[in-house]
Amino acid sequence: MSHAAMIAGVLIVCFPAWLAFVASTVSQPDITKPPMPLLPGGHFLENYKAALFAGVNVPVARMLANSMVMAVGIAVGKIIISLLSAFAIVYFRFPCRQAFFWLIFLTLMLPVEVRIVPTYEVVANFGMLNSYSGLIFPLIASATATFLFRQFFLTIPDELAEAARVDGARPMRFFVDIVLPMSQTNIAALFVILFIYGWNQYLWPLLITTDPDMNTIVMGIKQMFPSGDDIADWPVIMATSILAMVPPVLVILGMQKLFIRGLVDSEK
Amino acid sequence: MNAETNCCVVSSAPTAKRFGPGQGRNSSPGPIRTKSTLEKRVTFKGWLLPLCLVAPQLLISAAFFFYPAAQAIWQSLFIPDPFGLSSQFVGLGNFEFLFSDRYYRASFLTTAVFSTLVTIASMVPALFLAVVADRLLKGGTTYRTLLIWPYAVAPAVAGVLWLFMFNTRIGVVTWYLGLLGYDWNHALNGGEAMGLVILASAWGRISYNFLFFLAALQSVPRSVIEAAAIDGARFWKRFFTVVLPLLSPTTFFLLVVNVVYSFFETFGVIHTITSGGPQQSTTILVYKVYADGFVGQDLGSSAAQSVVLLLVVGVLTVVQFKYIEKKVHY
Repeated sequence: MSHAAMIAGVLIVCFPAWLAFVASTVSQPDITKPPMPLLPGGHFLENYKAALFAGVNVPVARMLANSMVMAVGIAVGKIIISLLSAFAIVYFRFPCRQAFFWLIFLTLMLPVEVRIVPTYEVVANFGMLNSYSGLIFPLIASATATFLFRQFFLTIPDELAEAARVDGARPMRFFVDIVLPMSQTNIAALFVILFIYGWNQYLWPLLITTDPDMNTIVMGIKQMFPSGDDIADWPVIMATSILAMVPPVLVILGMQKLFIRGLVDSEK
Repeated sequence: MNAETNCCVVSSAPTAKRFGPGQGRNSSPGPIRTKSTLEKRVTFKGWLLPLCLVAPQLLISAAFFFYPAAQAIWQSLFIPDPFGLSSQFVGLGNFEFLFSDRYYRASFLTTAVFSTLVTIASMVPALFLAVVADRLLKGGTTYRTLLIWPYAVAPAVAGVLWLFMFNTRIGVVTWYLGLLGYDWNHALNGGEAMGLVILASAWGRISYNFLFFLAALQSVPRSVIEAAAIDGARFWKRFFTVVLPLLSPTTFFLLVVNVVYSFFETFGVIHTITSGGPQQSTTILVYKVYADGFVGQDLGSSAAQSVVLLLVVGVLTVVQFKYIEKKVHY
């Protein structure tokens, strides 16, 4: 009984993706003459080849590469700048420390969605439209990651810093030899969450990448729909949707433990 | 914003942490807890190095967060001339104009309806599935794996999947609804459009809510439930009178997180499925900032809308901190 309910739930949750997968393995006429089949057809290779190497505006392989650069860039960038600023805030006493801390905190209240026009203007003035730096930099200031590392650093026993200081180690030596190795799990867990965050960005790439060669896959799918009454190339579009889902889903399933840990950590 | 906002939402929520996944009865030790007021006793000397260390984060925040936000506030007080050469100071004129705009007020209502329904539609099924999964002794992990992956699907991609199912010409669901005599057309019917964007937005969130509910359920002491069982309470009665109240911190936490999600992270769903239509029936506030600022090029109004949204985010953040600190509990 319980299993029946769970299986029903799983089927309903999985159905949209299953249908997309089926659509990516059949031919256009199979789809345009409803109802479309509910079991996979024989056009898998053909459709995925068409999507990856031809696409509609730009080969999907290109968009996948763009997404990968953006997601990894955002995740690594956020982790690096947050590690550094958290280390400074925890292990030093310097002028305006509290003020800086609150400034970082304040960025929580400024999601990109509420300041899109002026942020776009800034990026345009820097000449960063249609570039990887334009895709990455405006999104890598992260209060969340900074707080997470701050919390974690506060749990590192004082004795370690004490010992390092007595041994005459410079702060950066302590950071590289002691703090970084101890933060490994946190870094990995955060990477999983931030990779998905970066991969799934939609509004920002939509604004600043007008050149199809710079489109990311998540925002590029919508651009594949024809304007007006033309019929969309459904098998290719659905193959692209599957390709857009695979990397983040693999990351979650492959690193389930780290993912759950990252989720909880970043929520606190 | 995805995971990002969620995080912001409840930084300092001890309750959320206590009931978060990974803290269940069989799991490894969760994240380490510390008081946020704690300070290091041992510190390093110097001020130049730490300033250099915080500099990258501060520079990026200044260039891409604070300056644009200040710019939005500044621009909201002006109306640019049609050629963009000069602008005229209008005080709160943009705001007056905004709130006298029928479509803008309608957008508030749309956002309220949308976020309420997304929150309900993502939390109720998640709670149900978590309760059932919690009762199962075998296969729990398998079900969890099969249920959590939609979290990784971008809202915009979720939009495309649901658009495909409900496509007015070729959608499978549309076709079967047609067999039942129901003529589905979200391109013309505002109510159906709203229903579709709600379903597509709630879909991926079920995974997220499921994870948190499951972890919370697993941390409910068995003795409490056994005591109720010995008293002869039936399963669902036990659930509503004993278990559900114990879940209230998690429920409240998820309530806030899901409202924030539906406000700010569902842009992709709406842009892919309806583009705000038909007749602006799915134009939520965030979508309107985009539509007026980028598509309509009405910069004064868009800036004023940004400022209103800033206030909304501010209020939501304060609510989270205030109430989550208090721990909603019986």
